[in-house]
Amino acid sequence: MLLIPCPFCGKREETEFHHGGEAHIERPKDPDALSDEAWAEYLFMRTNPKGVFLERWVHLAGCRRWFNMARNTATNEILGSYKIGEKPPKGAR
Amino acid sequence: MAQKNRLTEGGRIDRSKPVNFTFNGHPLQGYAGDTLASALLANGIRVVARSFKYHRPRGIMAAGVEEANALVQLETGDRTLANQQATRIELYEGLSATSINCWPGPNFDLMAINSWFHRLMPAGFYYKTFMWPVAGWKFYEHFIRRAAGLGISPREADPDQYDQMNVHCDVLIVGGGPAGLAAALAAGRSGARVILADEQAQLGGQLLNERCEINGKPALDWVTTAETELADYPDVTILRRTTTFGYYDHNFAGLLETRTAKLTDGGEHTRQRLWHVRAKRVVLATGALERPLIFSDNDRPGVMLANAARSYLTRYGVKVGSRVVVFTNNDDAYRTAIALFEGGVKIACIIDTRSAPDGELPTAALALGIELVDNSTVTGVTGGRGIKSIEVMSLNANADGVTGVPRMIDCDVVASSGGWNPVIHLHSHSGGKAKFDEARGLFIAGETLQASVCIGAANGEFQLDGCLKQGFQAGKKAASLAGLKKSSRRKLPVAETIDETPARILWALPTTKPIGERGKHFLDLQHDVTVADVQLAARDGYKTDEHTKRYTTLGMATDQGKTGNIPGMAVLAQALGVENPGDVGTTTFRPPYTPVTLGAFAGRNVGVLTDPVRMTPMHHWHELSGCTWEDVGQWKRPWYYPQTGETMQDAVNRECLAARNAVAILDASTLGKIDIQGPDAAEFLNRIYTNAWSKLAVGKCRYGLMLREDGMIFDDGVTTRIGENHFLMTTTTGNAATVLGWLEEWLQTEWPDLKVYCNSVTEAWATLSLCGPRARDLLTEFTDDIDLSAEAFPFMALREGTVGGIAARIFRISFTGESSFEVNVPASYGLALWTQLMNAGEKYGITPYGTETMHVLRAEKGYIIVGQETDGTVMPQDLGMDWILSKTKDFLGRRSFARNDSMRADRKQLVGLLPLDKQTVLEEGGQIVAENSTARPLPMIGHVTSSYFSANLERPFALALVTDGRSRMGEQVYIPMKDRNIPAEITSPVFFDPEGERLNG
Amino acid sequence: MVKSFLRQSPLAHLHLEARPLMAEALPAAGISISECAHTTQIAVRGQSSDPAFAQAVTTALGIALPTDACTASGAPERVHMLWMGPDEWLVVGPAKTDDRIGDKLEQALNKLHCAVVDVSESRTVVQICGANARSVLDKGCSIDLHPTVFSPGRVVNTVLARSHITLHQTAIDAKSGFPSYDIYVHRSFAEYLWSWLEDASREYGLQMNP
Repeated sequence: MLLIPCPFCGKREETEFHHGGEAHIERPKDPDALSDEAWAEYLFMRTNPKGVFLERWVHLAGCRRWFNMARNTATNEILGSYKIGEKPPKGAR
Repeated sequence: MAQKNRLTEGGRIDRSKPVNFTFNGHPLQGYAGDTLASALLANGIRVVARSFKYHRPRGIMAAGVEEANALVQLETGDRTLANQQATRIELYEGLSATSINCWPGPNFDLMAINSWFHRLMPAGFYYKTFMWPVAGWKFYEHFIRRAAGLGISPREADPDQYDQMNVHCDVLIVGGGPAGLAAALAAGRSGARVILADEQAQLGGQLLNERCEINGKPALDWVTTAETELADYPDVTILRRTTTFGYYDHNFAGLLETRTAKLTDGGEHTRQRLWHVRAKRVVLATGALERPLIFSDNDRPGVMLANAARSYLTRYGVKVGSRVVVFTNNDDAYRTAIALFEGGVKIACIIDTRSAPDGELPTAALALGIELVDNSTVTGVTGGRGIKSIEVMSLNANADGVTGVPRMIDCDVVASSGGWNPVIHLHSHSGGKAKFDEARGLFIAGETLQASVCIGAANGEFQLDGCLKQGFQAGKKAASLAGLKKSSRRKLPVAETIDETPARILWALPTTKPIGERGKHFLDLQHDVTVADVQLAARDGYKTDEHTKRYTTLGMATDQGKTGNIPGMAVLAQALGVENPGDVGTTTFRPPYTPVTLGAFAGRNVGVLTDPVRMTPMHHWHELSGCTWEDVGQWKRPWYYPQTGETMQDAVNRECLAARNAVAILDASTLGKIDIQGPDAAEFLNRIYTNAWSKLAVGKCRYGLMLREDGMIFDDGVTTRIGENHFLMTTTTGNAATVLGWLEEWLQTEWPDLKVYCNSVTEAWATLSLCGPRARDLLTEFTDDIDLSAEAFPFMALREGTVGGIAARIFRISFTGESSFEVNVPASYGLALWTQLMNAGEKYGITPYGTETMHVLRAEKGYIIVGQETDGTVMPQDLGMDWILSKTKDFLGRRSFARNDSMRADRKQLVGLLPLDKQTVLEEGGQIVAENSTARPLPMIGHVTSSYFSANLERPFALALVTDGRSRMGEQVYIPMKDRNIPAEITSPVFFDPEGERLNG
Repeated sequence: MVKSFLRQSPLAHLHLEARPLMAEALPAAGISISECAHTTQIAVRGQSSDPAFAQAVTTALGIALPTDACTASGAPERVHMLWMGPDEWLVVGPAKTDDRIGDKLEQALNKLHCAVVDVSESRTVVQICGANARSVLDKGCSIDLHPTVFSPGRVVNTVLARSHITLHQTAIDAKSGFPSYDIYVHRSFAEYLWSWLEDASREYGLQMNP
């Protein structure tokens, strides 16, 4: 079980969090301008790397804040978590 | 009962406390301090079980957690435990155990016939034999399970309590042997929060089996002193009888503590406790397990590990036999020979695969006059139910065959040692790699992913002095890395170092014939996997240990291959011509290290505490009324309120009629309620909902539909504008938390610029929903500050005032199609108001109704329920709800309407269904076909989503999703059931008051 | 028509006040629990980075806005304020305080972007103290409650057993060193949580206070 560093509350057990999929998928500003393929890309396509992955989490049982985290999917090493709008930690891309 | 193999003195048992027990029905006696295994050996019981596949007689082969043979069924009835290792069961008064894997008993087992047909049951037997036909598996499985015999699980509920505990510490030390104890002392002295866990009742580890000294005194004196010191540190916790069964990411460990030494002592006490430990540093002092030598017929009762023989003598005062052969490839087994000799056991000889061993220990043994047969191996064992003699021959020059004249040696025990394997299981659980130490022929811990370290024997350090030093060092370092720098100047304990000469690693030992042709070389005793099986797997094309393991079942028994895995991998490597066993893949150990009771995982979450039961403020009124409950998520909601003699249908009919003809009341407190405020609240709703919100007047309500970005319906509900920048959103009961999460997700991650705050107020309000023609009459009696007339208080409006003197919000919204008043009062007044309404409403025929009636009434109106008419693939257009889709603004999911799949002409659409016989209530989920045919399968054009009998319509009706349904009005379709096709007519989904006149009434 | 004495806390029907007080029968009871019903609880949302917001809160309540994560301000027996998130707080007033805390806050904050929501009815408070209080919580809660880490004034939103809670350590007894905690639990979960606490406390001896 992961020990997740919430950027607000500090380290907490994984059971207090929900995973929110890949981070930095931005909603297109003008969806109508997108081709069907581009819209499908935004809707469905996600990367699934072996290695460092930038992902979203929400501290559901705690402060209810969404944040991003850089985690190595092969080792579960957590390189760091960062608030929405901040940049990933060094070493994570 | 005489304990014929018990020494008159010595050992760490209490001869003044005899303990009575039964084994396979025979009354026997041991002493306090015994395990079941040591007591059985003391009583001269040699055959304790039969093997899994061949049903060969088996005896005790170990003295601890690595035991593969001596599995018993412990106790009977509701507390019975299957497959328990006799070597780990502490003996207690009245214990009762029976052998498993045999019928009628271990000495005469009918299934032993398998042994004669072993050529028919090679590796991969199950895969090769039971492949076809697939349907046959049900039959095969029955046969296999019966034949295999896996012990008996209890049929009754477990009467015992289990418990869990979450703890945090600076240093978790696994293993209370010399290294672990030393680490605990060092960490404890630094002031660290320490947990020291050991699977045994007593600390000391291997010291319990030895007669060695620390600081010139018996080693156990040092153990006692250490325990006393640790007990003085308030932040040091010692957990005895506690197995660390799993080690997971980020230094999380699972520990199973057994709190009642006697299985039957449960009841008021917690029998076992599962510890969730989160440690800053972990020190693995898990010791080492001796591995057996792999020779022909090495499974006969009497073949055991050399260290086990030593343990039984030193710790339990038990002679394992009267004439013992020690068979070894290393120096350590000489300790066994010396200990047994000095304990009065006749040593027939020591057989060593090495030539002329000249280390300190062999020299000492020879000095005692014990015969040494060097450069030799055991080539055969006679005696099926107990060794009578063995055959010994010299190894040839390559050690891949034997030469010379066979020699028969009479003996009843072969104590064998193939060296020691560090216990790196936990290291491996947590993602750590293993590396092969070629010189010593063992795996030690490699790189770890955790903040952990292996020390002592677990790290390949087999010298006591070295273990103590590593322990102190590791304990101090771990505490320091956890932030505790306080150092202690106490003198470190010392022990004598005895130099050991290198072992000679030979894996499968040769006989006069090729392996497999003379006797069986067992690798995995519990699953009966032999060297020949692994060699066959290699010939069948298996190249890695992970695949071979699954093919042969090597190491997949309850002991998880603690003695067999490493030799097995080495044999595979040899068979594949790979020099380094590490190259066929290092085996990955997985949790649990030893089996864990399911009850411990469940802990306190059983019975009424299995899952929270969420209760509304009126819950106990409903309960007293005798309602039947429906589970909606964790909520309990009244389903219907049966009166004496009523069936469910009777009750629902009565409730439905009351709602349309008099007045009925529903507890709607479970609906999600979200307070949304801020200058951008309306804009936020515009984006979240499909319709427009900016122009909604204060005090008015509007129905809204939420979509996911793929355009599918996600939730619905009514939202009310309470103030210019203030809304109250309602959600479905099941989605309350999900919707709040959805709102927060968009606000926080995509639209942080929007000035909006969302707060859940679901639990703050009790919601009493009154509906029916007399609802207004009743409510009028309760309020004098709200004009309830239809003109002053129209449909889809909010009024604030008092009801029964309580501050209330009343919404004129309706899910039934009737004129309704949804009264919201502070939750703590809900029960009082409900009771008063019931009393005052009697004269109007007030009737409480449950979720079933609610469902019928809304379906009569064609109102959808998210999750019933929708399933994550339904768009608003499919339900004929185009009217709610704004054309003038963007909202979540809108772009997806233009996707190919959304534009398909043959999407399923919401329709009504009327069964033609006016009697049959269709089954929800029933498939719909166009053709009245008995052929199967038929093309399916839709399915029934909701179906009820309506007392108001006096007939059954249903809602359905049907391909292109709206153009099929009036068509006849069929719902095929097992014995017939039910005909039904497609209609509009609105069955009652299509003009909606009653809503405004 | 509806009398105020008919107001019911979510645990009212358990008639905790009618249970025998076992203080004397169980002198060694390691756990003491009670319900503190009908406290005033106001959810406050706002920008802690905005000095005007913090100032307005202080003006209205006379206590500072706790801006450090997982902390409380004010005294537990009077009006106090719990940190719930980076832009979220819970203002708590004892059961008998005047219920104008919400009004005062709304007045003080009405010019700012913020939210003030009365959620007094949403949760009840279970108070737990005693020699084994920490152990009972450890049975169902993964937060490290060791005194070196968790002390009076600490507040966490977390999970206890299978229920979301807010846990506030209110005090530590100077003589015995035993901690006291307030557990905020949503009212629909209150009976479940109470049953769980009773069950988990059994081995230590349980004393119920009115």
